[in-house]
Amino acid sequence: MGNGSSMLTQYDIEGVQEHCSNTFSQQEIVSLYQRFCQLDRSGGGFISADEFMNVPEFAMNPLSQVVKQLLEPLFVPRLLRMLDGLNFKEFVLFLSAFSSRASLQLKVEFIFKVYDSDGNHKVSFNDVLDILRDLTGQFIAEHQRERVLTKVLEEAGYRKDSVLVPADFMKILGSSVLKMEVEVPVD
Amino acid sequence: MNKLNTSSSELDLDRPNIEDYLPSGSIQEPHGELRLRDLLDISPTLTEAAGAIVDDSFTRCFKSNPPEPWNWNIYLFPLWCLGVVVRYMILFPLRVMVLTLGWIVFLSCYFPVHFLLTGQEKLRKRLERGLVELICSFFVASWTGVVKYHGPRPSMRPKQVFVANHTSMIDFIVLEQMTAFAVIMQKHPGWVGLLQSTILESLGCIWFNRSEAKDREIVARKLREHVHGADNNPLLIFPEGTCVNNHYTVMFKKGAFELGCTVCPIAVKYNKIFVDAFWNSRKQSFTTHLLQLMTSWAVVCDVWYLEPQNLKPGETAIEFAERVRDIISVRAGLKKVPWDGYLKYSRPSPKHREQKQQSFAESVLRRLEEK
Repeated sequence: MGNGSSMLTQYDIEGVQEHCSNTFSQQEIVSLYQRFCQLDRSGGGFISADEFMNVPEFAMNPLSQVVKQLLEPLFVPRLLRMLDGLNFKEFVLFLSAFSSRASLQLKVEFIFKVYDSDGNHKVSFNDVLDILRDLTGQFIAEHQRERVLTKVLEEAGYRKDSVLVPADFMKILGSSVLKMEVEVPVD
Repeated sequence: MNKLNTSSSELDLDRPNIEDYLPSGSIQEPHGELRLRDLLDISPTLTEAAGAIVDDSFTRCFKSNPPEPWNWNIYLFPLWCLGVVVRYMILFPLRVMVLTLGWIVFLSCYFPVHFLLTGQEKLRKRLERGLVELICSFFVASWTGVVKYHGPRPSMRPKQVFVANHTSMIDFIVLEQMTAFAVIMQKHPGWVGLLQSTILESLGCIWFNRSEAKDREIVARKLREHVHGADNNPLLIFPEGTCVNNHYTVMFKKGAFELGCTVCPIAVKYNKIFVDAFWNSRKQSFTTHLLQLMTSWAVVCDVWYLEPQNLKPGETAIEFAERVRDIISVRAGLKKVPWDGYLKYSRPSPKHREQKQQSFAESVLRRLEEK
């Protein structure tokens, strides 16, 4: 798949399908490629964070905002960090967690990755607090957020200084149905 | 073009609730005591984000039809080649000649009329209107335009404004050949801008500049003055504010609907079999767009003049705008989307995100109280 080529060969499609562990059908991959080309306005073969933000429905999402950490004057993008500069294979891999064929484990692992902002496979109290802040904004006071989080953590048998690993997430989230599916329009 | 800034909050006060249109059925109201699981489970928000990445109604509005090649086999290919030869070698030069002839006739009549008849305003205006209608007819002929007008041609009365859906700048030409409207347009650079400053100015056209913030008030005042003026040409407004691909309509700006006069809707629908008349201003200049039209077979469209509407008692300007958008969309077979066309040039305001944050925050706090 060269940069800027607008035709996928059967070989390309199979490569992508393998990369995402067959979570998408070949038709869905073709549709996703059309969508990828539509989003990649500059035609560079990858989508920048800016190009994702051109979709108003996405830009309105609380997790897609660029958040300034309270303590560090750094911009810590959430979903945008995971999305910036993806080529098509990686784009499909990202979306594979949302396929109807994706296993529960795949979905839970994806959620873990969103929380794990520094990529060290550990989710700390502050990581969870960061996401909670994105989702609630100014509508809950910071100390109240910490209080709520501490309380539910302790009720679940963890401590404030506990560190969560994927297995913990699986235990917490895997017990009931996780509705995380997106339909790829196939014409 | 790439300067993206969040739209100012004052522009958002005139929007009906986008939430009413978006598919947010995935977020049901959870109940029961708050648990760790509820805070960790961000799947609804993630699903919304992924849904927007995979498909969104805003991008769909500005998608041009990709040309479908039908020349894929042994007998269709020579036919297509013949078609190309006819279009580029025969039709195109003929059309260029027609258009040039039209311009010669127009300019040689317009300047004398404009400068010599300065004393007789009424006669001059009437002649200028006729001449503009003439040059527009020449333009339409240069694309072999087949325009079917439906509905009673509205009488020229004061205190009325015309609104239409917008697909390309040629909408203006198609409508102008029947009636010399004064239109409100974005000021363009190049030869279009030159035409705007000279000929269109004399029709009473009004210019705006999207990128200037204070511009709105100035334009609103000019609109009001024009509509209430006695001898001005009827005003045509494209309330979408931007070109849309003729399958959808974006939200109408309320400016045209709070002038205190009757609104006459006009619906324009192009037949895509002949050519895609959508002017994708991001992809091509107006000149390229015109050339593309002049090398196609024909531009076929329908224009419907619809029943004039007035503000109903108790109706706000936004509701009035939405009602008229509904009338136009139904007539032209277009789907409505809840987006502001200006989102092409700016990001949505934080207000929408804040609404989501607020509802989640309230749900968390409420469940905290439940035992």
